[in-house]
Amino acid sequence: MAAATDSAAGKAGFRAWLNKRLPVDEFMESQLIGYFAPKNFNLWYFFGSLALLVFVIQILSGIFLTMHYKPSEALAFDSVEYIMREVEGGWIIRYMHSTGASFFFIVVYLHMFRAMIYGSYRAPRELLWILGMLLYLALMAEAFMGYVLPWGNMSYWGAQVIVNLFGTIPVIGPGIVEWIRGDYGIADSTLNRFFALHVIAVPFAIAFLILMHLVALRQTGSNNPDGIEIKARLNANGKPVDGIPFHPYYTVKDVVGVGVFLIFFCGVIFFVPTFGGLFLEKPNFEPANYLSTPQHIAPVWYFTAFYAMLRAVPDQQMGALLMLLAIVVLFFLPWLDRSPVKSIRYKGWLSKIFLAAFVVSFIALSYLGLMPADGLYVILARIFTAVYFAFFILMPWYTSIEKTKPVPERVTYHG
Amino acid sequence: MVKSLHRSFVAAALVAALAVGMAAPVRAAESGPHAAWMDWQPGNDVTNTASLQRGAANFMGYCAGCHSIKYVRYSRLAEDLSIPEAQMEKLLLLPGAKKGDYITTPLSAADAEAWFGKAPPDLSLITRSKGSDYVYQFMKTFYADPSKPTGVDNLALPGTAMPHVLSALQGVQEAKFKVVEKTVDGSKVTEKIWESFETGEPGQLSAEEYDAFLRDTVNFLEYAGEPYKAKRLSLGVWVILFLLVFTLFAYLLKQEYWKDIK
Repeated sequence: MAAATDSAAGKAGFRAWLNKRLPVDEFMESQLIGYFAPKNFNLWYFFGSLALLVFVIQILSGIFLTMHYKPSEALAFDSVEYIMREVEGGWIIRYMHSTGASFFFIVVYLHMFRAMIYGSYRAPRELLWILGMLLYLALMAEAFMGYVLPWGNMSYWGAQVIVNLFGTIPVIGPGIVEWIRGDYGIADSTLNRFFALHVIAVPFAIAFLILMHLVALRQTGSNNPDGIEIKARLNANGKPVDGIPFHPYYTVKDVVGVGVFLIFFCGVIFFVPTFGGLFLEKPNFEPANYLSTPQHIAPVWYFTAFYAMLRAVPDQQMGALLMLLAIVVLFFLPWLDRSPVKSIRYKGWLSKIFLAAFVVSFIALSYLGLMPADGLYVILARIFTAVYFAFFILMPWYTSIEKTKPVPERVTYHG
Repeated sequence: MVKSLHRSFVAAALVAALAVGMAAPVRAAESGPHAAWMDWQPGNDVTNTASLQRGAANFMGYCAGCHSIKYVRYSRLAEDLSIPEAQMEKLLLLPGAKKGDYITTPLSAADAEAWFGKAPPDLSLITRSKGSDYVYQFMKTFYADPSKPTGVDNLALPGTAMPHVLSALQGVQEAKFKVVEKTVDGSKVTEKIWESFETGEPGQLSAEEYDAFLRDTVNFLEYAGEPYKAKRLSLGVWVILFLLVFTLFAYLLKQEYWKDIK
């Protein structure tokens, strides 16, 4: 009895000591237990925490890869095979990292789609959306440079194509390309600097942006599938009536999401790590060879929608500009949407049709970007590019003229 | 909640199906007009150790004279394929090689270029970059063509510099072509379309025996491309089983916490 009291007192003593110096309890209280989230989150709301999980997986697996990888033209390809064959558990770590790259984009695309269907980008969450878009840009840079590192033939030719896009910038383009490569072609210096950026600079930027994204989320609170503000209705304690403490309710719920996610993730790692050539492309099992161009150069699937737009335009400069616009236009989403309601549940049929057309066009463009750029494929790519942009350009019109449904006062929750 | 969950699952399944569906046409688009030999598959199995052992012997006997598998070590090979070390040293080790060495070829690149015009590629990753089916089809579609310096040509890799090394086993088959005249961009072009193979010079093995020989050899090359593949598949089953149990308990815990949310 005395021993038990002593240990309890000891614990309390340490905790008090700790909290006097580091606000652990205060942080838990303000950020997790005292943070109220809407109780009506559905499946779409798992992907934010899953994106964070994939980030952690990429950092951890990346650290172990860095211990064995050699960022040099002569050794890079061999060092990856060395990891796959001779490093204890190396193949699991490498497949975790390569599968993680694709899954990062899968969860981020689903997370972004969630924001689009429930209007999570609308005021007061515009900055939250913009920080998320900056994260997406950083992720694209990270994924592109990471794809170059194994120094396979597709790494090499993919880098060639993407870096050359900067050459289409008027006047300063060629100079910029040379500055990025650090040489007159994609070479050892390019590989070496991409390694530095991939393992230090961009991950730091991503970590910082994640922090900002979460701080902004804490400031505005989460949106929800009904697109109504739970802060508008408070109980006697000043807490939202439709809100529940993030911890333990959503932490315990997110663990279920993690479990389901890991079943898919490990299913790919252990049973289809190349995913039929989509996650790890066949030509990348041949070392980089500047004399032999792969039959079709295509980036990895998560970039192919934009790649299809680039090739849909006969002029390369205009194509590059269009590709840039396709990403830039996403930043303006909060101001393009003029609907009186946020959630697709209460928007009119015009919004629903345009959103469906947008999803179809993005998937179709992703597919077309993997195909050779000739004949019917180019015509289809042009049509779907037009649909992609119509979704954004016509948004101020169709969101303001359509008839919306009445929004409920309380969130819809069926228990 | 149940309904929206259901709908979301359908959406997720649709996305997954689309992703998988995208992979298939990519492969189809790589080849030209379709021919029957393009569907031939070796039907190998990397968990079949006996087949891998025979394949290793085939490779060292017929391929290693010119082709390296430079990422594979003799010792690792013996360990993975349960070949006793003494037997490996006696049957597989090339002259002058030590058991810890990578499997390189005694043929120098300079000699190879002088003799064949091209150095034979390393085959460590051939099944990963081209696929097991490709290797199998390549080894089955050599046919007699007296106009070539090697006396043979190949359907899977037309104009290949490689002689038909396995001709003693398979024999040399004759290919029957249909000649088609086509007009492409205003000019007449003749195109040879493969129809079938016919036995020319017979070999030591029957067609079934030759297939079995190739199945083992391709199986070994698939092993060489991904030595941990058998382990990956067997470990994967346990990982998924663990995750299923983990997710079930996580779900029950979540239900317990959420039962008071109305």
